[in-house]
Amino acid sequence: MLAYSIRRVVQSIVVLLVVGLVAFSMFRFVGDPIDNMLGQERTDADIERLRGELGLDRPFVVQYGRFLTNAATGNLGVSYRQGRPVASILMERAPATLELAAVSGLFAIVLGVALGVFTAIRRNGIAANLIMTISLVGVSLPTFLIGILLIYLFAVELGWLPSFGRGDTVKLGGWSTGFLTSSGLKALILPSITLGLYQMTLIMRLVRSEMLEVLRAEYIRFARARGLRERAINFHHALKNTLVPVITVTGLQLGSIIAFAIITETVFQWPGVGLLFINAIQFVDIPVMAAYLMLISVMFVGINLIVDLLYFAIDPRLRVDRTVTEG
Amino acid sequence: MKLIHTLLATSFLVGMTGIAQAETMRWARAGDSLTLDPHAQNEGPTSALAHQMMEPLIMRDMTGKVVPALATEWGPSADNPNEWKFKLREGVKFHDGAEFDSEDAVFSLERAMTKDSDYKELLASVTGVRADGKYGVIIETSGPNPTMANNLTNLFIMDKQWSEKNGVTKVQDYEGGEETFAARNANGTGPYKLVSREPDAKTVMTINNDYWGKDEFPMEVTEIIYTPIQNQATRVAALLSGEVDFIQDVPVQDLARVDSADGLQVKTAPQNRVIFFGMNQGDADLKADDVEGKNPLADIRVRQAMNMAINREAIKKIVMRDQSIPAGMISPPFVNGWTKELDAVPTTDIAKAKSMMADAGYGDGFSLRLDCPNDRYINDEAICQAAVGMLAQIGVKVQLDAKPKAQHFPLINNLQTDFYMLGWGVPTYDSEYIFNFLAHTKGEKYGSWNGTRYSNPALDKTIEALASETDLAKRNGMIAEIWKAVQEDQLYIPIHHQVLNWGMSDKVDTVVAPDDAAKFKYFKLN
Repeated sequence: MLAYSIRRVVQSIVVLLVVGLVAFSMFRFVGDPIDNMLGQERTDADIERLRGELGLDRPFVVQYGRFLTNAATGNLGVSYRQGRPVASILMERAPATLELAAVSGLFAIVLGVALGVFTAIRRNGIAANLIMTISLVGVSLPTFLIGILLIYLFAVELGWLPSFGRGDTVKLGGWSTGFLTSSGLKALILPSITLGLYQMTLIMRLVRSEMLEVLRAEYIRFARARGLRERAINFHHALKNTLVPVITVTGLQLGSIIAFAIITETVFQWPGVGLLFINAIQFVDIPVMAAYLMLISVMFVGINLIVDLLYFAIDPRLRVDRTVTEG
Repeated sequence: MKLIHTLLATSFLVGMTGIAQAETMRWARAGDSLTLDPHAQNEGPTSALAHQMMEPLIMRDMTGKVVPALATEWGPSADNPNEWKFKLREGVKFHDGAEFDSEDAVFSLERAMTKDSDYKELLASVTGVRADGKYGVIIETSGPNPTMANNLTNLFIMDKQWSEKNGVTKVQDYEGGEETFAARNANGTGPYKLVSREPDAKTVMTINNDYWGKDEFPMEVTEIIYTPIQNQATRVAALLSGEVDFIQDVPVQDLARVDSADGLQVKTAPQNRVIFFGMNQGDADLKADDVEGKNPLADIRVRQAMNMAINREAIKKIVMRDQSIPAGMISPPFVNGWTKELDAVPTTDIAKAKSMMADAGYGDGFSLRLDCPNDRYINDEAICQAAVGMLAQIGVKVQLDAKPKAQHFPLINNLQTDFYMLGWGVPTYDSEYIFNFLAHTKGEKYGSWNGTRYSNPALDKTIEALASETDLAKRNGMIAEIWKAVQEDQLYIPIHHQVLNWGMSDKVDTVVAPDDAAKFKYFKLN
């Protein structure tokens, strides 16, 4: 167990380092930050001086090494765009993204499971078929278009919901939350739907197909034969057994909700880390790009590591395999 | 009786709110200010926000005219042409209550000249700043500098004591790893005070009731809420839904929509920015063409033919939806040295252009790469696409390479492009600024944006002499002379002057400032 865990942790660290290396080798193709940092009046001498000061004239491997040694001491560098430490900018932006991700995740799970069960039980009903058809739209339309359509309908035409921003936020310690004000809650609705729609349809279709499978299983037939009520069969016996794969997929999807909030945040001017990253790319703000990419890869690698270790704990066959190959 | 009571109470309440209501201006544009440190970034949105809270010695009003701000009178010293004298406004207070005097002005100007300041090039000719009594400042220059004052219109004044107390006597830099206090706080003398700021989300300012110009300017806006909205569709939606009152950067395809919406209007004015193509005419051979051992762009006839092939009216109509002013020179209209004759739009004459190409020995044409930004100017990539088709008519086969500005501009600076698009704004409103950067031979101090490889030593001398020519009539003569050379040598192919569009609620009454900086103390409300 210990050897396996250590091996997995070491592998994860290697993956992280490789992600960082690839990221740094790509930054040169994003462009040159110097022009954005100096005004129009800069001379060629200024450019050379700043490039030297920032170490941008050195090979990317050296720049990467410097980033790593600094990051190891907790220093993520200073944003080229804002002139402030990257760590404090990320801390300031994280609550917006996490709250958005949490609400859209909740929206996707609750509605996804509910609609999935409904469409599975009423397989041939008109409403179920309608939902299935509409859900195709959710899968096939790009996020930014859905966002713009929602803004047009609910903000411009109906005037019910705000078209951008987070509304009023309340500071709780270092955490700014939009949950405690009515404008903050209203502002969450459209971006959460936009961000969660794809996940919702995914979960819905997954629940539906799993449900249909389970409903054909023998123990359901036995339950019916025993004369149990439909409700009890559907929600107690069938749904419970459907949820195992759904939870696995949902867990992994939560990571991508955070990572792919970029587009939703841009459309709704949501002041989270995704918007920060988009601005960083446009400005070639290398410290912010590097920190964001590392953060996202730490998150994904972390989730996968936990899943792997859990499998190991749960599935005894893995243990047997190891001892055999190692023996 | 009860009804009357209710009516009375309601009207009383309405009246109360009418009086107490703050005239809030909810303002949005594409980008946020990068920092509140007034000397750290010389960039449009950054100084536009700073102008609400801080003031320079002299500034430009909404029409671009230089007007007094913290200085009431200024001019070159009578007895020493290398000195400029400024008489400061008396009785002005910073937002924290401290008094403004010459000590603060000297401190701020010296701060703006330090290594990490983005404004130091504008003050490159300044050798020293000193106080002349409590309300006087003298700026010494290395030689006579007739246009020095034009460079001060965005140089904001900070309080010396406040800066010392908060440890911000130095401009923020990227090395220290520490956030400077000045990046997030502002203590100016300006018409509005900072209430709160969340970068990239929301900045709130409220009226400064102790402002020296409270009776001099309309000052009808009492509160400003500034929110950057990057996505242009969302920005327009926010205006249409009434969530903001005033937006800059209205996309051209939405102008008609905003203008026809109830309660909204669009105001338009020429911007201080001209768009043009640059050509490598100095190198012996081009890398990105199909002509071996020769540089077709070095031939003046080829450059003139290309200039003739561009149909600026068509670009205006089709690409810009009428939102541009075709140009004949690379200077915006309000700049000293601009003339109607020079800016006359070149006539499009394909037949003549073709025969000029043939004369130059390129009757069969040649191929060339055009480098173009796709996120910097209005419809930049579409303009380049249009130019590709127009140049093909005279046999110049252009491959378009459009990319983000962060990748485009290094090509010009590192001389890696032979044919490129560039736009230029002139903050000093004087042609010298254009010549220094775009016409002078590229070198350490001059010509840093000149990607044409054009080098004319005689012209360089005249350009350098402009800085110290105090006889304004003679200086204007020199400017005309330089423009003549720039036009005759066809350094650039001018395309058009950009047009600014501001969208706003009907209740807002303002003119559009050519530098795209809204200064709310001038705004009136209907």
